[in-house]
Amino acid sequence: MSLRSPLARVLGLGAAGDGTAHWWAQRVSAVAMVLLGLWFAVSLMGMDLARHGELVTWASGTFNTVMLVLLVSVAAYHSHLGTRVVIEDYSRGWTRVAGLVVVQFVHVVLAGAGIVAVLRLGSGG
Amino acid sequence: MAADNRPLSPHLQIYRPQITSVLSILHRISGVILSFGLVVLVYWLASAAAGPAAYSSAVAMLGSGFGKFLLFGWTLAFFYHLLNGIRHLVWDTGRGFEIPEVYRSGWTVVVLALVMTGAFWIIVMAGGAS
Repeated sequence: MSLRSPLARVLGLGAAGDGTAHWWAQRVSAVAMVLLGLWFAVSLMGMDLARHGELVTWASGTFNTVMLVLLVSVAAYHSHLGTRVVIEDYSRGWTRVAGLVVVQFVHVVLAGAGIVAVLRLGSGG
Repeated sequence: MAADNRPLSPHLQIYRPQITSVLSILHRISGVILSFGLVVLVYWLASAAAGPAAYSSAVAMLGSGFGKFLLFGWTLAFFYHLLNGIRHLVWDTGRGFEIPEVYRSGWTVVVLALVMTGAFWIIVMAGGAS
């Protein structure tokens, strides 16, 4: 006999077993990506991308450095949430587990490498 | 009846493609494409951080014919996923589910994605707006 109430046992259990946390995180990061993505696209349009010096000057501005760090990290997070769903939808068994772990590792590496690159770029390239 | 002998409902390829289903799968496909694009974004930033020499070889690679082709695809995927993502966020508020509205918002997303991709490339190829 369990001492837990029926309500306590089902709270947070949706079809995926983790409630709405993933769904909600995807929406919140999507809103952030709309803002960061549009900022990035507009910024690229304002530069001559072939010129390294121009890129360094732009990335060295404090606001731009912060926005680039946010862009890389939120993009990696949102991308991880999305690819995770794709793998969960189409693969079964050990490939599913391996795929989920690999995708998680790759996204953490991408976020880490991207942030380091932005900080180096922001401090003069 | 044996489990492997049950009548099956018609599978995906039986149905005529409609804008609703096509845009839905395109959202997922463009998202996966953008995930690969994230690797290129980090590569681009890392090459710029490594200095002018590394950056010019990255620019040479990304600016080649094939590089531009891939970047164009990523730009299109980016604007499509961004606009269709906004469409999804609006749906999440419970609005825009009538069929004429779904068709209208769908075509709006397609046209705007093409226009924004075109405008972005015209300006970037001209060496920036400033």
